[in-house]
Amino acid sequence: MIKVSPKAKRLLVPIVSVIAGFLVGAIIMLIWSYDPLQAYSSMFESALGSMNGIGETIRNATPLILIAIGFQISSAAGFFNIGLPGQAQAGWLTAIWIGLAWKNLPVYILLPIEIIAGIIAGALVAGIAGWLRAYFGTNEVISTIMLNYTVLYLCQYLHQDVMSKNLRIDTDTTKSIPANASLRIPSLSAAFGDSRISGGIFLALIGLVIFWFVMKKTTVGFEIKAVGLNPFASRYAGMSDKKNIIVSMLLSGAFCGLGGVIQGLGTYQNYFTQTTTLDIGWDGMSVALLGGMSAIGILLASILFSILKIGGLGMQTLAGIPYEIVSIVIAAIIFFVAISWAVGLLFKEKKTDKTATYLATAETDSRKANSQEGGQA
Amino acid sequence: MNFVTILALIVSSTLVYSAPLIFAALGGTFSENSGIVNVGLEGIMTMGAFTAVVFNLSCASTFGAATPWLGALLGGIIGLIFSLLHAVATINFRADHVISGTVLNLMAPPLAVFLVKALYNKGQTENITQNFGYFSFPGLAKIPVLGPIFFKNTSAPAWVSIVLAIFLWWVLYKTRFGLRLRSSGENPQAADTLGINVYKMRYAGVLISGFLGGIGGAIFAEAISSNFSVSTIAGQGFMALAAMIFGRYNPIGAMLSSLFFGFAQSLSIIGNQIPGISSLPSVYLQIAPYVLTIIVLVIFFGKTVGPAADGQNYIKSK
Repeated sequence: MIKVSPKAKRLLVPIVSVIAGFLVGAIIMLIWSYDPLQAYSSMFESALGSMNGIGETIRNATPLILIAIGFQISSAAGFFNIGLPGQAQAGWLTAIWIGLAWKNLPVYILLPIEIIAGIIAGALVAGIAGWLRAYFGTNEVISTIMLNYTVLYLCQYLHQDVMSKNLRIDTDTTKSIPANASLRIPSLSAAFGDSRISGGIFLALIGLVIFWFVMKKTTVGFEIKAVGLNPFASRYAGMSDKKNIIVSMLLSGAFCGLGGVIQGLGTYQNYFTQTTTLDIGWDGMSVALLGGMSAIGILLASILFSILKIGGLGMQTLAGIPYEIVSIVIAAIIFFVAISWAVGLLFKEKKTDKTATYLATAETDSRKANSQEGGQA
Repeated sequence: MNFVTILALIVSSTLVYSAPLIFAALGGTFSENSGIVNVGLEGIMTMGAFTAVVFNLSCASTFGAATPWLGALLGGIIGLIFSLLHAVATINFRADHVISGTVLNLMAPPLAVFLVKALYNKGQTENITQNFGYFSFPGLAKIPVLGPIFFKNTSAPAWVSIVLAIFLWWVLYKTRFGLRLRSSGENPQAADTLGINVYKMRYAGVLISGFLGGIGGAIFAEAISSNFSVSTIAGQGFMALAAMIFGRYNPIGAMLSSLFFGFAQSLSIIGNQIPGISSLPSVYLQIAPYVLTIIVLVIFFGKTVGPAADGQNYIKSK
């Protein structure tokens, strides 16, 4: 056991979790006689070794930040929103469709319309689950799972059978959107070695600030958290749990929808047939689980996640190691973050003179609280 | 096609698609009733499917027609071992149940595909040679009308799972073990006070869900997909989770709602063979299972209430 100050412990626990996750990956690679050092060095090399790599890493992180925010807003209200892939997909298709259909509009009108429409599409999909929960008590886990598949097949139908043939190259792919409908910024792409980085990253950073502000500084955020912590007490305090359920799901879906919009207008510039639920939805959930409730946490987690994902591709080509290893590392890191209580047992909080008495009382208090927890939980 | 043939086709494909869901959903009920939320069914099923396919490919020549059954059993054992991760994290290490369960879902596909690549040097296995196929009950299949519909060319694992659901209902509601398991999920403090080992009960719940989830995945692989790739288990675990909640955390309920999901899923696959339905645009059949689920849930069930202490970590006071 290592003695550290409480503040250091808060930093050390996640760091140890990340290192432990990499170790799990290394052990698996050693068992199947791959070289972990070569693997990890080629991973970091390809994710961060060139401007193009950095650009792609940021590009990958952009929608994940927004989707992670979406997941966290709904979890703050006590909901497990696994409809993230569907909500993002709705945003993606909507934005591309509008971009293609109204491609003659000037950029300063077209771009806001695309983005807002995508946000609304995502919010509506999530809003259905929220509305059903608020007025019918329908379990949101079921309804969001079902909505994922409904959106998946509905998008396929809309894009293959309803969308005008003029907007598509073939059944599975739409045309690419013109420059005035795109979030790409030529000078930004050029600065990052012609990677697919887009102006979406600024939207994501603004999203982080909004998330922090709404949750920490506004009544809306406070009510969402209050309802999440104790719906009965908040109803007693005069908050409408119905309203807050719907508001939190709408906000959650709005952020996911924006994530999908950026995937379309920034990364791919088109929409193509999806055969399974959207991976950015699930990746965004991973980022949220890693990053926790804080804006900074989500930002750091999305960067770490993207280094692994983008670096993993390079690792596969440079070192010949199966790409899957990075997903195993990511899952392992989340596992160690989840058992942070156990990881924290490695460190003993050091008592400094100043805080000794305070901590002593705090410890007895927490012991009391713990036994109470045992009595109530 | 006459009416009996159509009905037989619907019933048999419903049973084929339901069997994996029933096993996994039954597993889910045990985990949730012991107080541990298990959203990791998808990952557990993936491990079961992977194990069964690898076993089937390597041992089919030795065990012949018994291979799929042994593969399912082995898939269950690997699922059980895999679920230990969730059990240790949630029961001993105070992890959030949803996060820990999600870890199983995130961990299983890359791990299985990594192993497939390490074993076969490609991302997808060959097709298995011994699958569950169709089974006719000797004697019962000869009953007029009912025989061809229910007992001829039907899915044996599905009938096993239906019988199992009734047995597990009896275990959960009529035995001492079941009562103890449920009390650990309803009120762990009270259970502990009465001398029940809550941790042991919760381990039992999670491991049973791991075993049954693994079997479910194995059956899916050996009856429906016939090989293993990253997309073999794509959403079945979540469907099973939904079926379990839909079935109100009750083994029989979980079985019935799995049958409903299986029916809806099979409809989108056999729909084009059924007169009347085949003229509809395919999108309706594709989204029907999911939309129907939501509608049925809203109209007939409303709020589903799980075990009171489901999802809460129990920390034994010293």
